[in-house]
Amino acid sequence: MSNSIEISSLTKVYDNTKALNDINLHIKKNELFGLIGPDGAGKTTLIRIIATLLLPDSGTITVENLDVVKDYKSLRKIYGYMPGRFSLYQDLTVIENLNFFATVFGTTVDENYDLIKDIYSQIEPFKNRRAGQLSGGMKQKLALSCALIHKPKVLLLDEPTTGVDAVSRKEFWEMLKNLQKNDITIFVSTPYMDEASLCDRIALIQKGKILSVETPENITKQFGKQLLQINSDNKYKVLKDLRNYEFTNSVNSFGQFLHYTDKRSVPEVQSIKNYLNEKGNSNINIKEIMPNIEDCFMDLMIEDKN
Amino acid sequence: MTQEKIITAKNMTKKFGHFVANDNLTFDVYKGEIFGFLGANGAGKTTAIRILCGLSMPSAGEIKVAGFDIYKQNEKIKKNIGYMSQKFSLYEDLTVYENLNFYASIYGMQKNEIKKKADELLEKLEFSYAKNKLIKDIPLGWKQKLAFSTAVFHNPKIVFLDEPTGGVDPVTRRQFWDLIYQTAEEGITVFVTTHYMDEAEYCDRVSIMDEGKIVALDTPLNLIEQYKVQNMDEVFVKIARK
Repeated sequence: MSNSIEISSLTKVYDNTKALNDINLHIKKNELFGLIGPDGAGKTTLIRIIATLLLPDSGTITVENLDVVKDYKSLRKIYGYMPGRFSLYQDLTVIENLNFFATVFGTTVDENYDLIKDIYSQIEPFKNRRAGQLSGGMKQKLALSCALIHKPKVLLLDEPTTGVDAVSRKEFWEMLKNLQKNDITIFVSTPYMDEASLCDRIALIQKGKILSVETPENITKQFGKQLLQINSDNKYKVLKDLRNYEFTNSVNSFGQFLHYTDKRSVPEVQSIKNYLNEKGNSNINIKEIMPNIEDCFMDLMIEDKN
Repeated sequence: MTQEKIITAKNMTKKFGHFVANDNLTFDVYKGEIFGFLGANGAGKTTAIRILCGLSMPSAGEIKVAGFDIYKQNEKIKKNIGYMSQKFSLYEDLTVYENLNFYASIYGMQKNEIKKKADELLEKLEFSYAKNKLIKDIPLGWKQKLAFSTAVFHNPKIVFLDEPTGGVDPVTRRQFWDLIYQTAEEGITVFVTTHYMDEAEYCDRVSIMDEGKIVALDTPLNLIEQYKVQNMDEVFVKIARK
């Protein structure tokens, strides 16, 4: 498979801050690629540079063999772009928005209806409602339909699921997975680590630097330490006690559980239990588990700091 | 957490024309409790929070917040609560200390008391070195922690947190929850909304709203058991996809 997006040595500086620091990424054709990181990591800056809306300070990006600086006009025709902020016309109805975007790109809704059918049919009953009056989930579906109506080769989505509830987020990712069947390269950013598992490959980004680029499975395989899951009657007390334990390498809350790594090459489960019992904790359960993306992200963040 | 009720809502209802945003909500929240207020977008959470903060009048229902009646004493309610949202942050062009001083003054705290408490707070957060830095020059994670500390600076009975950790990195997100735990241990009730379902499991109890109604209210572990699933994420999906 050849590459759709090639990013080499990309740097962007604002004032004295390196918003993007020597980014190198190669995104394959038809790949569902996730850019994952917290606010302020540089996700939007990177997407805006790819989208030809911002110039890089140094480095190059080509998309479908076109240069983002020189060939921006041609590139804009093959992009579908969904910015972070809802940017459709609030005073136009659903169908008016869709027709508008189709017309701008010299096509019609009918011509490419097949591509948006699955998504658009969910909001079609409300097609005469003004976009400003749609719920968050419906706005998102309309924005995606508008980004797709000219059958783009590359879809750029900047945090499409931010602020969206857990169920709507799952539905959105199912839609992206389905879209892949249509020969589209999808580049999507998100601050939600749990969304990573649905991507073909992901890049973890923090403070303008890429920490890792891999398939979600491989990132978790690279964790390199035994990870223990611990729970008890009083999780918060166990958390505080483990922070003062001589063998603790890391301890973090994960919902009802704690995730723990040990300084010793092989953690001694019984000695951890004994320590926690001595501190007055009860009903302690410890078992080894596979790390998730968030475990890996935190680990890489700390590694990067050192 | 005690058995003392800090919020009582009986048949709380809010209508906008024919649309029922809050449909007969009945629930209690206890002193020192971390109460998770969950629901899909558009389920009616924001409407309910606005009522509980004294910013919007319900159409019907008996509601008391911090011991005050929502209809007759809503100004008193405002003095006894703190509020923080993802969007609301601090004033970018004021320093860390100026922000604390500004909010504390609005709540009627005395100058010398503010100064003393601000120093203590910044020391506890290990952030004293940034006392005179402008908010716009400090990292996002710190802004969120400071915004929270500001919201509880006047020692309110309840603090309302509306998606306080959206977009925050995973390490800072956990530091933020440490602050929430400390605050609850000091007896301040924490009323929090979030889209992170792992955070729902950090709460003492959670309620889940769907189409204006509260459809579930219990401890996270009881809900997980009741719905025969592994975690709160699956509980949420089961309820919201019904």
